[in-house]
Amino acid sequence: MSKYYLNYLDELESEAIYILREVWAQFENPVILFSGGKDSILVTHLAKKAFYPAKIPFPLMHVDTGHNFPETIQFRDDIIKDLGVQLIVGSVQESIDDGRVAEEKGKNATRNALQITTLLDAIESNKIDCAIGGGRRDEEKARAKERFFSHRDDFGQWDPKNQRPELWNIFNGKHFEGEHFRAFPISNWTEMDVWNYIKRENIAIPSLYFAHEREVVWRQDTWIPNSEFLVLEDHEEVVVKKIRFRTLGDITITGGDESDADTLEKIATEVAGMRNTERGNRSDDKRSESAMEDRKRQGYF
Amino acid sequence: MLDNNQLLRFTTAGSVDDGKSTLIGRLLYDSKSIFEDQLEAITNTSKKKGHEGVDLALFTDGLKDEREQGITIDVAYRYFTTPKRKFIIADTPGHIQYTRNMVTGASTANAAIILVDARHGVIEQTKRHSFIASLLQIPHIIVCINKMDLVDYAEDAYNKVINQFEEFSSKLLVQDIRFIPISALNGDNVVNRSETMSWYQGAPLLHTLETMHISSDINKVDARFPVQTVIRPQSETHRDYRGYAGRVASGIFRVGDEVTVMPSGFTSKIKTIDTLDKTLDQAYAPMSISMTLEDDIDISRGDMIVRSNNKPESAQDIEVMLCWLNNSPAKPRAKYSIRHTSNEQKAMIKEVVYKINVDSLDRNTEDKDLKMNDISKVKIRTTKPLMIDSYRENRTTGSIILVDDTTNETVAAGMIV
Ligand SMILES: Nc1nc2c(ncn2[C@@H]2O[C@H](COP(=O)(O)OP(=O)(O)O)[C@@H](O)[C@H]2O)c(=O)[nH]1
Ligand SMILES: [Mg+2]
Repeated sequence: MSKYYLNYLDELESEAIYILREVWAQFENPVILFSGGKDSILVTHLAKKAFYPAKIPFPLMHVDTGHNFPETIQFRDDIIKDLGVQLIVGSVQESIDDGRVAEEKGKNATRNALQITTLLDAIESNKIDCAIGGGRRDEEKARAKERFFSHRDDFGQWDPKNQRPELWNIFNGKHFEGEHFRAFPISNWTEMDVWNYIKRENIAIPSLYFAHEREVVWRQDTWIPNSEFLVLEDHEEVVVKKIRFRTLGDITITGGDESDADTLEKIATEVAGMRNTERGNRSDDKRSESAMEDRKRQGYF
Repeated sequence: MLDNNQLLRFTTAGSVDDGKSTLIGRLLYDSKSIFEDQLEAITNTSKKKGHEGVDLALFTDGLKDEREQGITIDVAYRYFTTPKRKFIIADTPGHIQYTRNMVTGASTANAAIILVDARHGVIEQTKRHSFIASLLQIPHIIVCINKMDLVDYAEDAYNKVINQFEEFSSKLLVQDIRFIPISALNGDNVVNRSETMSWYQGAPLLHTLETMHISSDINKVDARFPVQTVIRPQSETHRDYRGYAGRVASGIFRVGDEVTVMPSGFTSKIKTIDTLDKTLDQAYAPMSISMTLEDDIDISRGDMIVRSNNKPESAQDIEVMLCWLNNSPAKPRAKYSIRHTSNEQKAMIKEVVYKINVDSLDRNTEDKDLKMNDISKVKIRTTKPLMIDSYRENRTTGSIILVDDTTNETVAAGMIV
């Protein structure tokens, strides 16, 4: 029997491939922003499909805070080798050393906000006119307003109230010298869609997403991994728990959940039963109700 | 979840305070698509604002300014999934100054939910929203008569709205209109069947959305393949591979089909249809594929591959229903970039035939200005031919946008007549 419609995952895939090809056709010098998290891995996988049988025709760019999970860096290097594409690294440590940004102080200090400067510097110095991200509209309320092709002015800033209308499947990536775009091929995917698709396609993801034993500390209602960057408070205690991470950010701010899900099958089942949003464990988003919007206006991912 | 679950995109329209945000909040809440931390956040905000109970409307009002002003000023997208379908909601504001946002949200929608306040019945805005839905050829329209709790859930109030609606909707080109009496606030007939409106025999809203037939919303007859980019790996394994990459806009292409490349007019046959996963025998809308042809032909972005026995029109003079999207009005006889599928040319608006009063649907042939939110019939001349179908036949090959080269902004959206 032949049916002439796509199921929802195939339609999302086709839409993302279409966006990636539009980016390639409309921009001179695009990159994929690669964090090593599942969303950017997914975008990379879709890019592989979009340009098959050719290689992905543009580089991957990693904004390296220096506060990484070692597993993420290993994964990044492996995927680069496998794809045979160029890797561009923007280093937050260098931005600090160059005096472009100052390290936050205090117990809850993170390098999250510092990434903005490093990202924009890397975009400028590499003459990138479109940075492809794995942002999804279901992640956060400010992201719900993002366009597929999202304009950034010559300061790298987003003006959410003055966005270009996007109709049908016609995308307008025209821009002046010094401006750039962000493109979001998986805008319409939810966390559940991502997992269902990763499972279906059997896409390799870092081991951190699977339940594993790890040294952790209970802080701000979540299990923060022990690392060389963690400064313990007096009352805090390092314990070993079986956890997995639902999203991956800096090792200093990414909380894990206790879990036994050690296969893609089990993860998908677990995610389906989740009663909290995935960014709920990211302290960068907990700072205020408009934390994401404020950062995004300045040029964040 | 079943493998053949489809994706349905819908938009919501209604004037301010008709209950759009509440309805969306209710849909998400009752279908268990709201996470606990999100619920907690809006519960806190509700308390701060002094609301009793949880104001579900807060769930969709995304940006800071909107939260402060309590209105929806842009298109916000929401997602939810049921065991039957995945849904994408484009939540658009209702004010006349946001006509352009509604047009945007409507452009990709399979269905439109038009909200009517049961107490006020059909008002001018209802007509405008219905007109836009029909202009954008949204295949299915669901009129939700909301706030039934405020009219004692009376069947009379519901029938009155239907009569009012049908009086003017006969002028619109809509194939599928349904009416559902609801209370978004209390949840009647949204996800769960209303216990207080036993006189209503139809399905609740969610069930309607889950079961409505959408496979035939896409044109299956006219095979159109706009070329986005050409793939040339020039690698050991694919030295001579030359694939035309794109997304099938409509119709079905099969290996061996005789095709014509437009505008050049060269003909060939489809040799292969490729994806990373497998080579295919056929491809249909909206699949993204790469195709190779039997013959070496010069093809690039902007060209369109079509089946030789069914071609679009190649035209430089086109008539378009144009919605002006930009703050600065159209400049008379100014040149714009026109974008149509993957093709881009220069274009000039040669004539404004008439402007539509979107509330009364009257045509005004005197007022020729094109200002933000205006919808007008215009004649456009392009520097090179576009391969067009009428919008009514084909939403992909029948739509265009205009870009102002001095600002790079998208200033207008058009539907080819
Ligand atoms: N009584 C009653 N009030 C409703 C109903 N739906 C929405 N409202 C109220 O109408 C007001 C406007 O609702 P809102 O969802 O913000 O409307 P929007 O402007 O269309 O998004 C709010 O005070 C809602 O609580 C309903 O079904 N019954
Ligand atoms: Mg609202």
